[in-house]
Amino acid sequence: MGKKKEKDERFRKFGTVSFTGTTRVNDFIDHLEQGRVTGTRCESCGKAFFPPRADCCACRLSKMEWFDVQGTGRLVTYSTLAFGPKGFEGDLPYTIALVDYGEYKIFGRIAAGIAESDLVIGMTLETKTNPLADGRINYVFHKA
Amino acid sequence: MNDVAIIGVGQNTFVRFYPGSVRELAFEGFSDSLGHAGITAADIDASVVCSAPEYDLQRSSAGVFAEYLGLNPGPTFYVETLCSSGSTGLKLAYSLVKSGLHDVVAVVGFQKMSEISSAETQERMGRGADIQWESPFGTMMPAYYAMYARAHMDAYGTTPEDLAAIRVKAATYGQLNDRAVYRKAVTAEMFTDPENMISGSVASPLRVGDCCANADGSSCIIVASAEKTKSFCDKPVWIRGLGSASAPVNLAGRDLFTGLAVARQAASQAYKMAGVGPKDIDVAEVHDCFTIAEMMAYEDLGFAGPGEGRDLINGKETYLDGSIPVNVDGGLLSKGHPIGATGGSQIRTMVLQLRGEAGEIQVPDAAVGLVHNIGGVGLYGNVTILAR
Repeated sequence: MGKKKEKDERFRKFGTVSFTGTTRVNDFIDHLEQGRVTGTRCESCGKAFFPPRADCCACRLSKMEWFDVQGTGRLVTYSTLAFGPKGFEGDLPYTIALVDYGEYKIFGRIAAGIAESDLVIGMTLETKTNPLADGRINYVFHKA
Repeated sequence: MNDVAIIGVGQNTFVRFYPGSVRELAFEGFSDSLGHAGITAADIDASVVCSAPEYDLQRSSAGVFAEYLGLNPGPTFYVETLCSSGSTGLKLAYSLVKSGLHDVVAVVGFQKMSEISSAETQERMGRGADIQWESPFGTMMPAYYAMYARAHMDAYGTTPEDLAAIRVKAATYGQLNDRAVYRKAVTAEMFTDPENMISGSVASPLRVGDCCANADGSSCIIVASAEKTKSFCDKPVWIRGLGSASAPVNLAGRDLFTGLAVARQAASQAYKMAGVGPKDIDVAEVHDCFTIAEMMAYEDLGFAGPGEGRDLINGKETYLDGSIPVNVDGGLLSKGHPIGATGGSQIRTMVLQLRGEAGEIQVPDAAVGLVHNIGGVGLYGNVTILAR
């Protein structure tokens, strides 16, 4: 009997509650821990993906290279939640948002401490890693 | 040639907590439709069962229902496209009949949302979208629609008061619908009264009054070939247009936030297949899970231009005596939203309208009707055009 292979469940650390353990883009978590927010780019057609994908459905190829999300994007839309799903009660209230970087868009959360009244659609924001309690991690949007 | 008709429709009285099992709940809508069609279970060749299985404890409900509803040994098929499962089921039934595989098919939609505890419901709500990349941020269905509302307000100057006007209309007709869960009047003032529950924020800019609520319910649509229709039914309603589309689940994959791309694509297909346009529609049922969803539907279906949905509601054009009556059965906002039963309930209302059987909410001489049924936050979209 061979040694039981350990499951790579790095993605369990993503966000307040993660619903996914294993993905072929688990390195995304290591990058977050290094202070980098990353997407993938198809080595064949050059298409950039965020969130990162392991496979390009246009080329039917799985050769991807990582790239760093850099610079700023523009706020597309947002909403502040007064109620959250199970496990998010302690985060309330919080604001989810979509930010457009041109080549791709990023769905995430506005950094705690930015009031909803300070948000204007079209404003520039930047995406930064955001360590959470218990070794968990995600990314949030800050004013640029 | 080989046309497909709806020969009977049914639903139970939607309730917050159904005091019975899921098979018993399904029986209520099914039995109502048989009575309406004037047929028996023995006349049905096949069935399609529609629900969102995350709320079901019973696995593979189609097989269980086939026995309980008296449909054995006929084949049964299960379909799921979240909240649009019912109209997806209708499309499958149409295909089964149109292809000649079956002559009479029952489309049974159901959801017993109270089957699981409210804590379990909360947990499932957290998994309502892209569980890998969105759910870890704490997303909820109302918050996604709220993001569309925010974008619509920014682009067109739509206001929270415009959205409240849609709920006020829904409640006007919900009070007349004896199958609806919520039958109380709602006024615009309730939305501005901090003491009133209606005014409380859920996910900005949406308030409690902008949201429909969970319900337990069942519906059933009986679909038949032209030949069978001749022998069973003297008031058939014909399926003339069927459009369906899908979109990326993660908002990051989308480009449109002032409307739902799936609704526009499905409407375009359905109009083309039926050979009609928005101006030919006499009455419509749209998926008003949230007030903003109805506002976007006005524009996505071509009843109003982009950003002009607010003029339609404020001019009362979507009321019973307006130019395009929409959701004059009270909509999901009044009826409640038992996911798998919702599409069937919308189709039921439309069939009653086109048969002249809608009672107090009858649109005079309604000949062509449209049903818009959305799954998830524009993940799936179905538009169905029916005509007498």
